[in-house]
Amino acid sequence: MTQAHVTLDDVSYHYGHHKALQDVSGVFPAGSLTAVAGPNGAGKSTLLKIIAGVMKPKKGRVIVAPALKGKIGYLPQASAIERDYPLNVRDAVSTGLWPDAGSLPSFQEGPLKARVDKALADVGLQDFAARQMGELSGGQFQRLLFARLIVQDPQLILLDEPFAAIDAQTIAPLIQQIMVWHAQGRTIICVLHDLLLIRKYFPESFLLAGKCMGRGHTHALFDQKLLSFDLDMAELVAPEKKEDLGGNA
Amino acid sequence: MTLTDFLISPFTDYAFMKRALVAALALAISGAPLGVLMMLRRMTLVGDALSHAILPGIAVAFFVAGLSLWAMTLGGVTAALIVAGLAALLTRLTDMKEDAAFALLYLLSLAVGVALISFKGSSAHLMHVLFGNILAIDQETLTLVASVCCLSLFTIAVLYRRFVIDGFDGAFMRTAGAQRRGVGLMSLAFFALLMINLVASFQAMGTLMALGLMVLPALAARFWAKTMDGMLPFAMGLGALAAYAGLVLSYHTAIPSGPAIVLVAGAITVFSAMIGRFGSVMACAGQRN
Repeated sequence: MTQAHVTLDDVSYHYGHHKALQDVSGVFPAGSLTAVAGPNGAGKSTLLKIIAGVMKPKKGRVIVAPALKGKIGYLPQASAIERDYPLNVRDAVSTGLWPDAGSLPSFQEGPLKARVDKALADVGLQDFAARQMGELSGGQFQRLLFARLIVQDPQLILLDEPFAAIDAQTIAPLIQQIMVWHAQGRTIICVLHDLLLIRKYFPESFLLAGKCMGRGHTHALFDQKLLSFDLDMAELVAPEKKEDLGGNA
Repeated sequence: MTLTDFLISPFTDYAFMKRALVAALALAISGAPLGVLMMLRRMTLVGDALSHAILPGIAVAFFVAGLSLWAMTLGGVTAALIVAGLAALLTRLTDMKEDAAFALLYLLSLAVGVALISFKGSSAHLMHVLFGNILAIDQETLTLVASVCCLSLFTIAVLYRRFVIDGFDGAFMRTAGAQRRGVGLMSLAFFALLMINLVASFQAMGTLMALGLMVLPALAARFWAKTMDGMLPFAMGLGALAAYAGLVLSYHTAIPSGPAIVLVAGAITVFSAMIGRFGSVMACAGQRN
């Protein structure tokens, strides 16, 4: 039995009267690679924020293994980050060093600088190091955020729709990076829309529609739920939730 | 009248102008980096609300102790703390958004402050508190301003990396740095710096204009520099220029010092928005051609 890195225990969350999550439970073992899938408004981002510790659940508990304190890498949706911030690419990637470097010591040379150089090369941004962040394309910006995660070196990686609105060419190397992290034994939880990618790369799935609609091995789960990638994700929505979502759309 | 008479003599002839210049320059230098960080955190309006919120505290102090600097400072800090606390409470207990809560509290505290001062003082007192009065800058005030300037520059230097990362991606800051001390306190530290700078500003700038020397130079600097390294010195320089030119304007006209400095800073900002190197009207037009 592998050790649990994240345990959800009847987690609930609501925004005002809108119930985002209801009694969600589940276990994410150390080293697991899990896709969190579900329709819009299913509470996927909320769940990730709660696991990251950015938000506290209104009910229930999230237990993150104590060894992971400060070892959580959280990548918010790209739209949640200020793209126009006056940092260049190297500085933005270097912010991943912060937990190790602290507030004052320099990271302009030595092993810390080497970590940044390597991460920039890993995502193919080495020629963009001096560019201002605001000048990057959407795909390049996503690569920058992946480079920051590489620098940060976290054991639990939480990705919120990392491939939203970027082209297939950029997706491939980022998927490769996720596979590298998986091979290194890190725990990865990734919110994702693309069922094709989920079936191909993610061994575990967590289906969410306000409540947990199913979890386990991706293939078994999808066959059992009679889901294929051409089936509308809305099928996951519990009947009583459908009306709410219709209102939002 | 020669140019020297116009530009330099006011400061060589009168000790109160000398003190006002030193205070305004110190405020410009300590306020500029705060303004840049505030702009990047999109907090300029919250800061504005906070600057008005100190008024009732100053009024109560004036009520109790007259024009005593230390009583007014204490009152201002207390009022700002109460308003920030109430805003947090309102957003937590009701559906009200943070900016709406601040708008409510700032209008209310402004009204309470003006009412209190009108009750006891003259309209000259009211003008003084709202728009600043360079005659009020005595040795004691100068000591307060200089101390606040040193303290906030030192704090920003030590916490600079944290402030920048927190503004860029606060969620990352808290998750990645969970094992580091004081990670959750960055907003609080920033708020405290803002507050002491506002309170130090009010004698020279007035509570209505206190934010002027922080935010306007920062906004102008954004049109001249794309990096933090460029923006900070630009903001300090433009702020110092506005402080000096504003005092000259105030000396030769009847305009109170706060609005005079803000007029100059505002003119610099509008000018920068027209012809600045980055993102100005001219720069954007140049890109389209």
